[in-house]
Amino acid sequence: MSDKSHDPNQMTGAAMIVRALIDHGVQHIFGYPGGAVLPIYDEIFQQTEMQHILVRHEQGAGHAAEGYARSTGKPGVVLVTSGPGATNMVTPLADALMDSIPLVCITGQVPTHLIGNDAFQECDTVGITRPCTKHNWLVRNVNDLAKVLHEAFYVATSGRPGPVVVDVPKDVQFATGTYHPPRKSDVHVSYAPRVKGDAMQIRKAVALLASAKRPIIYSGGGVVNSGPEASKLLRELVEITGFPITSTLMGLGAYPASGKNWLGMLGMHGTYEANMAMHDCDVMLCVGARFDDRITGRTDAFSPGSKKIHIDIDPSSINKNIRVDIPIIGDCGDVLGDILQVFKAEAKKPDIKGWWSEIATWRARKSLAYKPNRDVIMPQYAIQRLFELTRGRDTYITTEVGQHQMWAAQFYGFEEPHRWMTSGGLGTMGYGLPAAIGVQVAHPDSLVIDIGGDASVQMTMQEMSTAVQFDLPVKIFILNNSYMGMVRQWQQLLHGNRLSHSYSEALPDFVKLAEAYGGVGLQVSKPADLDGAILEMISVKKPVLFDCRVAALENCFPMIPSGKAHNEMILPTEAADPAAFFASGKALV
Amino acid sequence: MNQPASAYFIEDRHDPNETHTLAVLVQNEPGVLARVIGLFSGRGYNIESLTVSETESQKHLSRITIVTTGTPMVIEQIKHQLDRMIPVYRVVDMTLSGRAIERELAMVKVRGTGEPRVEALRLADAFRARVIDATTESFVFEITGNSGKINQFIDLMRPLGLVEVSRTGVAAIGRGPEGM
Ligand SMILES: Cc1cc2nc3c(=O)[nH]c(=O)nc-3n(C[C@H](O)[C@H](O)[C@H](O)COP(=O)(O)OP(=O)(O)OC[C@H]3O[C@@H](n4cnc5c(N)ncnc54)[C@H](O)[C@@H]3O)c2cc1C
Ligand SMILES: Cc1ncc(C[n+]2csc(CCOP(=O)(O)OP(=O)(O)O)c2C)c(N)n1
Repeated sequence: MSDKSHDPNQMTGAAMIVRALIDHGVQHIFGYPGGAVLPIYDEIFQQTEMQHILVRHEQGAGHAAEGYARSTGKPGVVLVTSGPGATNMVTPLADALMDSIPLVCITGQVPTHLIGNDAFQECDTVGITRPCTKHNWLVRNVNDLAKVLHEAFYVATSGRPGPVVVDVPKDVQFATGTYHPPRKSDVHVSYAPRVKGDAMQIRKAVALLASAKRPIIYSGGGVVNSGPEASKLLRELVEITGFPITSTLMGLGAYPASGKNWLGMLGMHGTYEANMAMHDCDVMLCVGARFDDRITGRTDAFSPGSKKIHIDIDPSSINKNIRVDIPIIGDCGDVLGDILQVFKAEAKKPDIKGWWSEIATWRARKSLAYKPNRDVIMPQYAIQRLFELTRGRDTYITTEVGQHQMWAAQFYGFEEPHRWMTSGGLGTMGYGLPAAIGVQVAHPDSLVIDIGGDASVQMTMQEMSTAVQFDLPVKIFILNNSYMGMVRQWQQLLHGNRLSHSYSEALPDFVKLAEAYGGVGLQVSKPADLDGAILEMISVKKPVLFDCRVAALENCFPMIPSGKAHNEMILPTEAADPAAFFASGKALV
Repeated sequence: MNQPASAYFIEDRHDPNETHTLAVLVQNEPGVLARVIGLFSGRGYNIESLTVSETESQKHLSRITIVTTGTPMVIEQIKHQLDRMIPVYRVVDMTLSGRAIERELAMVKVRGTGEPRVEALRLADAFRARVIDATTESFVFEITGNSGKINQFIDLMRPLGLVEVSRTGVAAIGRGPEGM
């Protein structure tokens, strides 16, 4: 044998992949095998440092990895086969791109010499995933593999995080080449995200903040992306300035819901006080949020009288939808640190008592109020009880997409970042159940609850089997209104209440379904039984499907109609006959 | 404002469009052009002209020149969206710099005899177009210049028996001693 066989860095492509994952500290990988990745699965079989979680559908692997990533701050790692394995990953990749979630997805590919031949289970994976990844690579030479894998981890996790795909043909997995551990030169010289904010801009921002009469802080998912330190700094900034703060759906938990300056979520289904304060403010500090259309509504009427400061790590987020006065490109943790330092040295807490009393009058409108009911469980009530009964526990919440998602955002109080996993940008039904699995894998002793809807959970229900196999006691808390509630609401408000295909016909018996999977099923329909059932759910050490039968036709308010600005929301009290309101030519955003 | 029932807010934007020439320096790796073009089609940006060629082969660098139109906000987005792509080194807005030279090369085939043929030759001379192929009934002219000049030349050839045109698209470079 040649000397080379003794070189520990000589190995097959498949071995390199496993080795690189371990070198990047990966402990869990979500995946599904197939012909084009069998050499990698063979390597996984022969090691013990990394656990592989076998899902039931590749989409489940993707969302599980997203939940894992969002709740830990580490990248989620996925391994799937070529062709259908890769195409099943497209939804989670697009989801992760929208919500800035770091994922490293390794796909198998047909052997190099067959690429382009319509070979068995061939698809153009890099072509298909190009628009739904931050970057992707097809590796044709085993000696490029180590560099590409290391670069993949760096690209996924640095700057604005996002998903990446490394497509590895089967012959490259078999071929032997030279591995090297991660090193700086593995990264494209053309890729250098900016972390530190410009000092001049920061001084200008502080001066503006200090002169504010009606300020607001509007924070977003970027604060969560930046890591726990950014949330700490954000809290400190709120403390020393005394400013009110609101957040997007993606940023919930960065500032605690119990904090006294908290206005609740803003945007389409945000609180009246948050949206009014956004509209009437004179200085807006946007931290790691992207002026999404669910936030701005009509852009020409968005916060017309304010000067805007925008902190974002991605220059393309700045001035995309809304022109801002002081852009600061950098990591929000870094920039908040600098702002605090300058503020403490040079500025005084501005007197904004008048502004707070204005806010108090908006708060008094109680925009989240709903009509309690003694016979039927109101969905809002169910979330409130879930919150009260899980409060103080080590809890993580994921959601599906729909009304239940909005009610969860409105009524569950998040005290810490990384505790709330939801599909915001893409709005992917079926996200929550597998995401909960990913969270539970990362936090085996925590309470992990997916707040779902009866329609959404059916999209990835098969992952119950994964939860049972890996002893992951996730709780699937279904607000069962037997409708695609969000769709029904829009049909009621916008389409003459013609409920075209939004009724959940032929729902399964969720209790039996849970049992069929080897989990536990619970069902409750009376408000009086709710607390007991929730406590039982918490105490069960198995995956649970909780069928919470709620009022079928409840709508989610408040809501900003379109062609409308933030100060023209519909509140629940005005919505007694919402159809009439919309009939006058007004529509939803 | 009247708008249909929609999940999105439909807004008319009235900012005027501008035309900008962007020079983009990229790592010459497989798929890089597909990425750039995909960005334009995926986000609905316009491409008026696109040229690409390797310019520094040792460093595997290619230079892409794109002429695009859009509102000032869209142009700014295009530049940021290009700049955040991993294999992109630099994006320079040649139009903003105000000091760029733009050139395009076209080959123009004209068929005819008699007076139109003579006229074509005379005009070609005035435009400093060169004859690079000739038969008794046709010419191929090679012309270099900015796009406006080439458009003008083509318009003049049309009534004189224009057969076809092949254009390279715009290449641009800054004036003065500095590189991009
Ligand atoms: C049915 C439904 C209804 C919805 N209704 C609402 C609603 O009422 N209100 C609402 O808020 N949302 C709502 N959403 C969510 C909405 O669609 C968007 O996903 C959300 O508003 C975007 O949040 P964000 O602005 O915080 O941006 P994110 O998508 O979280 O983006 C983060 C931003 O921060 C930047 N960033 C990332 N990392 C860093 C860093 N380290 N430092 C600095 N910057 C960084 C990124 O570049 C990006 O610009 C709804 C979604 C659904 C599905
Ligand atoms: C994959 C996918 N398909 C379709 C939609 C459109 N959509 C948004 S909400 C919704 C209904 C969700 O119903 P359900 O899960 O029962 O939740 P509810 O609104 O009733 O709380 C639909 C179909 C989507 N967001 N995702």
